[in-house]
Amino acid sequence: MAELELTGAEIVIRCLHAEGVEYVFGYPGGAVLNIYDEIYKQKGFTHVLVRHEQAAVHAADAYSRSTGKVGVALVTSGPGATNAVTGIATAYMDSIPMVVITGQVPTAAIGQDAFQEVDTVGITRPCVKHNFLVKDVKDIAPTIKKAFYIAATGRPGPVVVDIPKDITQHSCTFEYPETISMRSYNPTSKGHAGQIKRAVQMLLEAKRPVIYTGGGAVLGNAAAPLAEMARDLGYPVTSTLMGLGGYKANDPLFLGMLGMHGTYEANMAMQHCDVLIAVGARFDDRVIGNPKHFAKEARRIIHIDIDPSSISKRVKVDVPIVGDVGQVLEEMNRLLKASSERPEQAALKAWWAQIELWRAQDCLKYDRSSAMIKPQYVVEKLYEITQGQAFVTSDVGQHQMWAAQYYKFDEPRRWINSGGLGTMGVGLPYAMGVQLAHPDAMVACITGEGSIQMNIQELSTCKEYKLPIKVILLNNGYLGMVRQWQEFFYEERYAESYVASLPDFAKLAEAYGHVGMRIEKPEDVEPALRRAFTEHKDQLVFMNFITDPRENVYPMIPAGKGLSEMILV
Amino acid sequence: MRHIISVLMENEAGALSRVAGLFSARGYNIESLTVAPTEDATLSRMTIVTTGSNEVIEQITKQLNKLVDVIKMQDLSDGDHIERELMLVKVRAATGEQREEMKRLADIFRGRIIDVADKTYTIELTGPGSKLDAFLDALDAGAILETVRTGASGIGRGDRMLKI
Ligand SMILES: Cc1cc2nc3c(=O)[nH]c(=O)nc-3n(C[C@H](O)[C@H](O)[C@H](O)COP(=O)(O)OP(=O)(O)OC[C@H]3O[C@@H](n4cnc5c(N)ncnc54)[C@H](O)[C@@H]3O)c2cc1C
Ligand SMILES: Cc1ncc(C[n+]2csc(CCOP(=O)(O)OP(=O)(O)O)c2C)c(N)n1
Ligand SMILES: [Mg+2]
Repeated sequence: MAELELTGAEIVIRCLHAEGVEYVFGYPGGAVLNIYDEIYKQKGFTHVLVRHEQAAVHAADAYSRSTGKVGVALVTSGPGATNAVTGIATAYMDSIPMVVITGQVPTAAIGQDAFQEVDTVGITRPCVKHNFLVKDVKDIAPTIKKAFYIAATGRPGPVVVDIPKDITQHSCTFEYPETISMRSYNPTSKGHAGQIKRAVQMLLEAKRPVIYTGGGAVLGNAAAPLAEMARDLGYPVTSTLMGLGGYKANDPLFLGMLGMHGTYEANMAMQHCDVLIAVGARFDDRVIGNPKHFAKEARRIIHIDIDPSSISKRVKVDVPIVGDVGQVLEEMNRLLKASSERPEQAALKAWWAQIELWRAQDCLKYDRSSAMIKPQYVVEKLYEITQGQAFVTSDVGQHQMWAAQYYKFDEPRRWINSGGLGTMGVGLPYAMGVQLAHPDAMVACITGEGSIQMNIQELSTCKEYKLPIKVILLNNGYLGMVRQWQEFFYEERYAESYVASLPDFAKLAEAYGHVGMRIEKPEDVEPALRRAFTEHKDQLVFMNFITDPRENVYPMIPAGKGLSEMILV
Repeated sequence: MRHIISVLMENEAGALSRVAGLFSARGYNIESLTVAPTEDATLSRMTIVTTGSNEVIEQITKQLNKLVDVIKMQDLSDGDHIERELMLVKVRAATGEQREEMKRLADIFRGRIIDVADKTYTIELTGPGSKLDAFLDALDAGAILETVRTGASGIGRGDRMLKI
C-alpha cells in the first residue's frame, strides 16, 4: 500500500498528538492559517484562543509550571511572533519547558521584507534554549520531536519552531520518530560519585549548616528526597522565590524565603553558616545580594545543578555536582543512611538556638489594627480560607512579595510567578494555564492594579473557557514596588509611580461577564473571600481590595548590599 | 589571559550567529573568530581567540558547551598546540628599489608574492600572529596599502585531538 502523504500542517497536528499535548494556546494569522485549518478538523487537543499572543505564551508556560509537562503555544509570523517574545523570555529566565510554534512567511519571501516578516529565529535566539527554522516539510516531524526533547531535558527551557507557510502546504509521508538522539546534546543527570561522597562528608561535618533550595528542586520534582535529607539531618532549609513549595513552608525546619525580601532568620543563617548546600538554586543577585559581601565568612559550599554554567558563576563553590537534583539527592540520602557518622548534635543545637533568636525578631509582623486593609492580611486570609490548597499565581511587584511571604506553600508547583524576568502582566494568563490544567482546583491570581492592566483583556478568554479564577487585586493605587524604591532611595520623589484614573474594576469585570467586588474595609476581607470561594465557586470573581497605599515590603535588602544589611519593619 | 578555543559544531545555518550572539550578549571579548566546514561536511570547526580572567574563561567554556549545536570544544591554551594565521598584505612596489626591498623582506619572513602589478605587490604570509605582526613592523608604514588577516586557526599537537 502506498504510504499516505500528509501536508506540513497536518504533520504539525499529528506531531502534537503524538506528544500527548492537551492544550495549545494560540492566536491565528496568515502564516498559520493552514495549521489552523487542520486544528479545526482535529479533536486531539483543545486550542485556547487568547486575546493577545503574550498571554498565549504565559498560559502555556503556567500550564507547564503547574503540571511539569511541556507547554505549547502557536502564533503567527511578524507581530504574532514579536508579541510572543516577552512570554518566551519570561519562560527562559525561569527555565520552563515550552514549545512555541511560530508561522513564518513563505520560504521564497524570506528576506524580502515581506508582509508580516520578522527574523523570528534571530529575535528569539538570546531568549530560547534553542530554535529552529524548518525549511523542508520532511524536517517538520524530526524538528518538533527534537523541540520537545530539548525543552524538557537537562535544564529545561523554551524552544521555538518557526515554520514558513509554504512548508505547511507541501506534503510528504509522515512518521513520528519514536526516540531521538543528538550527538551535540546529551545532558547529564547522574551526579559524579566522588563529588557526591565528598558532599555527604562535608554535610556530616557541618556545625552551622543551611540547605538553600531553588527552582531546580521544583523543576526536578525533588521535593521528596529533599524533605528526606532535611529531616534526616535536622538541618534548616530556606528557599528562593522560585523554590517555594519545594519544601513544606509549615515545617519547623523551614526558615522562609531568603534574599532581598527574605526573612531575617533565613538571611542571617545564610550569612553565618559554615556549610551551605545549594539545591537547584543559582545564587541570583536578588538572593545573595553582592557576592563580595556574601562570601565574607569562611564557609564551604556544595552546589547541585543540572547546568554546569550555573555553578561557580557568581559564587565560587567547593563541591560542584552536575546532575539532576532528584537523582543526586537520592544518592546522597542513600550514603547518609549507610554512614555510621552523625552530625555533631551539640553544635547543631547551638546553631538552632541562634536561629530561633533570629526567628524571634518576627520580621513579617505588620500592623494588624490599621483601619485600612493591609495587603498582608488579605494574603493571610486567602491562605486560611483556601486551607493552603490553592494554586496561587501572581504578577510582579509588592503584591508578589506579600504573596510569597504570607501564603505558606506546602507543595511544589502551586506557586506560579515570574522570578527571573519579573514580567508584569503574567498573573491572569498564568491563572488561565493553571486552571485549564487543574479544572477542579482553586486558582487565585494575586495582582496589582498596575500589573493586571497589562493583560486584562484575558478576562474575555476566561469567560469563553469558563475559568473560575479568583482575582485578588491588592489595589494600592501605586506602582507600589517602584514607589517603595522611590521612598527609600530617591527621597520620596514619586516619579510616575502613581496611577491616576483607574477603571472601576468591579464594573469592568462585570462587563466581561464576571463577578466584581470592591472591598474597602478590613472586616469585609474575609466575608468577600469566603463568598468568592463558595457562592461564586464556579465563576470568575474579581476582588478589588483597596489597600494601604503606603505599605512597604519588609524586610528589604537594598540592591548591591550584603545579606545582613536588611531594612526591617 | 589570552585563550584560544576550538569548537566543533553542527554545520547548520545560524550556528555561527549563536556563538557570536553568545559572546556579545554576555559581554565576552572576541579577538578573532574563524570558521569553516571540516572534512566531514556536517561539521563546522571554529577557532575563537578571547581574553578574560579564569572565571570568565570558565563561563565561556560552559556557555559554549551549553549551545545545543556545539558537539565538543577544547581550550587549546590548556596544552601544547599550534596556531597559524594567514595574512595578505598589499604593499607599494613602484620603483625598482621598492620592489627589491619587498622581495627581500618577504623572503626573510618566508612570505610569497602572489600578485604583481605595476605599482604594487601582494604578499601572502602565514604563521603565528606574532610573526605577522613582526612582518608588518618590519615594513615601512607608508608602504602598506592594505592588509587582511584571517584570525588564528589552532590545532593540538601530537595526540591531542578534537574529534567526534
Ligand atoms: C520584584 C522581585 C523581587 C524578588 N525578590 C526575591 C527575593 O527576595 N528572594 C528570592 O529568592 N528571589 C527573588 N526574586 C526572584 C529572583 O529574581 C530569581 O528569579 C530567583 O531568586 C531565582 O531562583 P533560583 O535561584 O531558585 O533559580 P531558578 O531561576 O529557579 O533556576 C533554577 C536552577 O536550577 C537548575 N535546575 C533546573 N532543573 C534542575 C534539575 N532537574 N536538577 C538540578 N538543577 C536543576 C537550573 O539550571 C538553574 O540553575 C525576585 C523577583 C522579583 C521580580
Ligand atoms: C513589564 C514590566 N514593566 C515594568 C516593570 C517594573 N516594575 C516592577 S514592579 C512595578 C510596579 C507594579 O505595580 P503593581 O502591579 O500595582 O504592583 P504593586 O507593586 O503595587 O503591588 C513595576 C513598574 C516590570 N517588572 N515589568
Ligand atoms: Mg499597585
